[in-house]
Amino acid sequence: MQYALLIYTRRGYGEELSEADRAAAYAEYLAFGEDERCVVGAQLEPTETATSVRVVGGRTLMTDGPFADTKEVLGGLCLIEAADLDEAVELAARLPAARLGGTVEVRPVVRR
Amino acid sequence: MLEEVFRGEWGRVLASLVGFLGDFDQAEEAAQEAFAIAARRWPESGVPDNPGAWLVTTARNRAIDRLRRERTLAEKIHLLPVPEVTMDEFDDTVIKDERLELIFTCCHPALALEGQVALTLRAVGGLETAEIARAFLVSEETMKRRLTRAKAKIKLAGIPFAVPGAHLLPDRLDAVLAVIYLIYNEGYRGRIDLGAEAIRLGRLLAGLMPAEPEAYGLLALMMIHHARRRARFSGEDLVLLEDQDRSLWDKGQIAEGRAVLDRALELGGRGAYVVQAAIASLQAGERIDWPRVAAMYRRLVELTGSPVVELNRAVALAQAGDPATALRAVDRLDLDGYLYFHSTRGELLRRLGRDAEARAAYHRALELATSTPERRFLARRLEQL
Repeated sequence: MQYALLIYTRRGYGEELSEADRAAAYAEYLAFGEDERCVVGAQLEPTETATSVRVVGGRTLMTDGPFADTKEVLGGLCLIEAADLDEAVELAARLPAARLGGTVEVRPVVRR
Repeated sequence: MLEEVFRGEWGRVLASLVGFLGDFDQAEEAAQEAFAIAARRWPESGVPDNPGAWLVTTARNRAIDRLRRERTLAEKIHLLPVPEVTMDEFDDTVIKDERLELIFTCCHPALALEGQVALTLRAVGGLETAEIARAFLVSEETMKRRLTRAKAKIKLAGIPFAVPGAHLLPDRLDAVLAVIYLIYNEGYRGRIDLGAEAIRLGRLLAGLMPAEPEAYGLLALMMIHHARRRARFSGEDLVLLEDQDRSLWDKGQIAEGRAVLDRALELGGRGAYVVQAAIASLQAGERIDWPRVAAMYRRLVELTGSPVVELNRAVALAQAGDPATALRAVDRLDLDGYLYFHSTRGELLRRLGRDAEARAAYHRALELATSTPERRFLARRLEQL
């Protein structure tokens, strides 16, 4: 099965970490990306860079900022391949954000 | 009679079908079909020697038939790993007992707790949806939705039908024990005795995990408590342990509970359920050894860090003859919103002759009481002051 791991963290949480912690977390993310069960992973630029798009009456409308203005924001995501939810949860728990005050939402990808 | 056989076989049959079909809903449908056929045939033909195997075989054959009929699912038939079987080929040794897998699936922490509870009672315990709804005082529609949501999540999120590996097992066994204990603590409401149901589940779990002391610990705890249920109320009134009519205790169940506790101790069990069962066993003694009870509660505080357990330890200290130390222990606790904190303080203050303070504590407890027996009990205490 495929699962999306959606990584939510407080805004600017990266800056709160010490240099060493940040480097360690970064290395862990890189290692995670090397795991063959990780299909694809991406770190996102901060929400200040987000543009929200809707099409209304054939016109494309843009607004500055993320879809929802919340304290915790989507900071990155991974698409993984796992046998079942237990394996997906184990992988999610390995993401540094999960133990650094963030939350990883595990969502199964629709099977076709 | 037939109903009893059905209740007894439901969990095993359903577990086997979930394992076979990999789908809760299909398994439930097939099981229901097989039980319906049995209900028609058995009164005439008699109950087969191995009703479980008969039901599983019949249900499997029906499920295969249905899969074959449904053309869109035709491909799936080729994926089914088990060859078609006829009824007389089947005997009990062929049917793997997959109830433990079923229990771990139903009590998976990724499910909402109320869903875990409902699904365990439905799938493992074999209770009807309507019965579970009545036991939890919700509408049948609500309970059906709860079950549907849990089953849908199992399927879509890929919750495994498996006994967790060794590295996950301790946590996940805790979750299973918590669900069973929660069912037990719902107690007797409406027409179903959930206490007896929880004991059935506990017995099943201990039988399936014979090397797990905590499974025996929980079973022993529930049995010893359940044995005293008839003495706990006098009409609408709560009766405290020391005032209970012991002739109403189920001595046989207490003895059985103690034997189960001994098994847990032999296995080296020193966990929270084993300790609680040991306390319950002491409290079911002819004369209660309160200093020992207090020492057991200390151990339980170390294990759980729970202020409620510390409150119980204080009660045991008071019973052992030291209400002043007990009160000091209670006053260190931060449990202002907890009814029994205030009723315990009231009782300790009363024993120390501080009646005005006792009255205030009982009043505060009364404000927090929600059930009629609790309110009546506290009102009586206030009158006696």
